Amino acid sequence: MEVGRLPISASQRGKLISAGYTTLSSLSSLSPSDLARDLNIPDGEAVEILKVASLTNRLDKPDGSHAIVNGAQTAWDMLHEEQLFPRLTTSCADMDGILGGGINCKEVTEIGGVPGIGKTQLGIQLAVNVQIPVDYGGLGGKAIYIDTEGSFMVERALQIAEACVVDMSEYNDLLRKGNRSCQVKVQPNDILENIFYFRICSYTEQMALINYLDKFISEHKDVKIVIVDSVTFHFRQDFEDLALRTRLLSGMALKLMNLARNYNLAVVIFNQVTTKYIEGSFQLALALGDSWSHSCTNRVILYWNGDERYAYIDKSPSLRSASAPFAVTSKGIRNSASNSWPSGISIENTSPRSSSIRSG
Amino acid sequence: METKLKDMGLPKSIANVFAARNITTAKEALSLTEFELMQLLDVGLADVASAVARISEIACPPYQTVLSLLEQRIQKETHGGHLPTRLKGLDKALCGGIPFGVLTELVGPAGIGKTQFCMKLSLLASLPEAYGGLNGRVIYIDVESKLSSRRIIEIGAESLPEIFHIKGMAQEMAGRILVLRPSSLLELTESLQQIKVSIFQHQVKLLVIDSMAAAVSRDYGHAAPRQHPLGWHISFIKSLAESSRIPVVVTNQVRSQSRDEACQYAFQEQSKRKASEAPAGYDSHLVAALGIHWAHAVTIRLVLEAKSGQRFIKLAKSPISPPIAFPFTITSSGISLLNDDGQELKGTEISTIQYQGFHKDIFL
Repeated sequence: MEVGRLPISASQRGKLISAGYTTLSSLSSLSPSDLARDLNIPDGEAVEILKVASLTNRLDKPDGSHAIVNGAQTAWDMLHEEQLFPRLTTSCADMDGILGGGINCKEVTEIGGVPGIGKTQLGIQLAVNVQIPVDYGGLGGKAIYIDTEGSFMVERALQIAEACVVDMSEYNDLLRKGNRSCQVKVQPNDILENIFYFRICSYTEQMALINYLDKFISEHKDVKIVIVDSVTFHFRQDFEDLALRTRLLSGMALKLMNLARNYNLAVVIFNQVTTKYIEGSFQLALALGDSWSHSCTNRVILYWNGDERYAYIDKSPSLRSASAPFAVTSKGIRNSASNSWPSGISIENTSPRSSSIRSG
Repeated sequence: METKLKDMGLPKSIANVFAARNITTAKEALSLTEFELMQLLDVGLADVASAVARISEIACPPYQTVLSLLEQRIQKETHGGHLPTRLKGLDKALCGGIPFGVLTELVGPAGIGKTQFCMKLSLLASLPEAYGGLNGRVIYIDVESKLSSRRIIEIGAESLPEIFHIKGMAQEMAGRILVLRPSSLLELTESLQQIKVSIFQHQVKLLVIDSMAAAVSRDYGHAAPRQHPLGWHISFIKSLAESSRIPVVVTNQVRSQSRDEACQYAFQEQSKRKASEAPAGYDSHLVAALGIHWAHAVTIRLVLEAKSGQRFIKLAKSPISPPIAFPFTITSSGISLLNDDGQELKGTEISTIQYQGFHKDIFL
C-alpha cells in the first residue's frame, strides 16, 4: 500500500485509506478541496498531504535528468564543484597526500585510534587550520568543536594557534618578500575566538546538539568544520538497549551527512578503539560495531607502526588505501621528521574494500 | 536535573500530545525518530519537526568560544587551572602542573612510587596559595590502605621545612586530607556519590583514587579486570572533575601482557608478514591493568617505571606536551626529579611500561 509509506500522521493515513485512496497515483490528480471534503479535514491539512504525496511520487520516479528530478545533480557538476573547494590541510603533508589533499568538505570523515595516538590533537589542529585565510590556500572558516569527553585542552589550542600564525607569516615572507601591506592580520586570540566549543555531558545533549546544529550553522554560515570528539563516549557508557543505540547513531550520522552536504562543510568524527575477537585472535577495531562502520564516508585509523605514528585510510569511496607517517610536535600535527618518502606508501594486498569485509 | 518538556515553551497543543503519550523528558523525545514520533503522537511531520527542533535547542548546552574559556581559566582559577607538582620539569611539560577538570592517571608496577606521588600531591593541594598550593581540602580514596599519615608529615617536614616548622601547621595541613577506605566497589560508588555533593560545600580541591584497578579487581577477581564495565564510574568521575573544576588523580596497576593480546588492527597483520622487523618480545612487557576503554577516558597518563635500576616518570599520554621521561628518586622528602630536562621518547617507548633491574632495597 503506497500511502502507508507517506510521512503523514497515522490518523491522516487512516482517513486516506478508509476514503479509498491507497495509491499515490490516486492522489496525483486530486485538488486539495476535493481531498478535504472526502476526508473531512481542513483545506490546509489536505494541501500538506498532497504536497507530501507529490514529493514522494517524484522521488520514486527518477528520470535521469537533473532538470526533472528535484535536487539531483550530475556527476560532472559534482566534479566541478569539488574542484572549486579547497581541502582542509592536516598540517602533515604526508597525511594530506593519502587523503587526496586534505580533509574533504561535504563529507563525513571518521578518525579512530588508540588512546594517546593524537586524536584530540588532530581535532584541535583541524579547528585551527580551517581558519587559514583563503589567500593562504585555506578555507577561511570557523570551527565547531563538540567535546563529549572533556579532553579538549585550551592551553594546547593556544600553542597550536600560535604555531599556525608563525607558519603563516613565514609563508608570507617567502612569497611576498615581507611586503608590509600583506602582513598576517590573524592573531592567535582571533583563532581561539572562532572555535565554538560545545561541552556535551550526556547522549541526550549530544542528540539535541546534532539536531540544533542545523539552526546554529544557518546563523553562523562561515562555519566550515564540525568536529565531534568523540562520537563514542556517551554511547559506550550505560547503554543497555543496543538496538536503540544503533538507531540513534545511524540517525546522527545521517544528520551530520546532511549538514556536510547542505552547508558545504567538513565533518570529522573521532572514534575510540575496542578489542574484538576475529579469526581466533584479539584485534583492535574501532568501537560502536559493524553497522556504525557503514555510517561514515571515509574512515581513517591512526596507529603505531614501530616507533612512528601512522594514519591509514581504512575506507573511502575515492581514495586508495594507503598509510602515511605523521608526528605530534609541540607545534601540533606535522610531518614525521624521519620520513623520507615523498608521499604515502601503499600497503600491499589491501584494496579499499578488503578491510571492511575482514572486520565484518 | 533534566529539563521537563512542559517547561520548554512548546506550543500548547503539541505539548499536551507529548504529555498524553507520557513523553516527559528531552531524553525520551529525542530517543525516537521523527517518524516514530508521528506514529506515536498522531501529528504531522511539520509539527513534529518544529517540536523536535525546539526541544533540541533547549536541551543542548550553550557554546563558548575557546578564547573565553582560556580567559576564564587564567582569570578565575588558581595557578591558571593547575596544581603545581613542584617537579620543575614535569610542571613545565604540563603547562603548570596537574590540570583541573580532567583525569590524570598514574600507572606503574607495585612499589614504584605511585602512592608516594599521590601523598605528595595531596599535601601540595592542601597548602595555602601563597606557598603554591590550592588552599583546600583533599579527598583521598585509599582502596588499598596504603596511605601513611606519618609519611605525609615526613614528606611535608622534609620538603617544605619553612612551612611545616610553623607551629600547628602540620596539624592543619594534615587535617585537610580526608581519607576514605572503601572495602568494595559498591562502597566506592556510594562514596563518589556523596563526594559529588560535598565538594562544593567543603572547598575540596583535589580528589585522589588510589587505586582504581584495585577497587575493580577486588570485586571481580584478577582474571579479567579489564572486562569489567567501568562505564558508570568513568563518566561519573569525569563529570565530577569537570563540574567542580578540580584535578582528579587516579592510579592504575599493571599486569603482564598475555600473548594473544590485541595490539594490532586487522589491516596491519597483512603488512606485518612482509615487514622485516621482528615483533618485539612481549615476555617482559607490562600493560596497564584497566584496559583500553579506561585508557580512552583519562586525559593525562603518567607512567612510572624502572629501567636498568633507574626510575623514570614519563608522560605517556598528554594532549599538551610531547612524550618526555624524567628520571626520579624517592627520598625522605618524597618524589624528586634527577634532572628537569627530560628525554624525549619515541614510538613504542611511549606506551610500554618497563620494570627491569629495579631493586626495592634502593629505596629502603
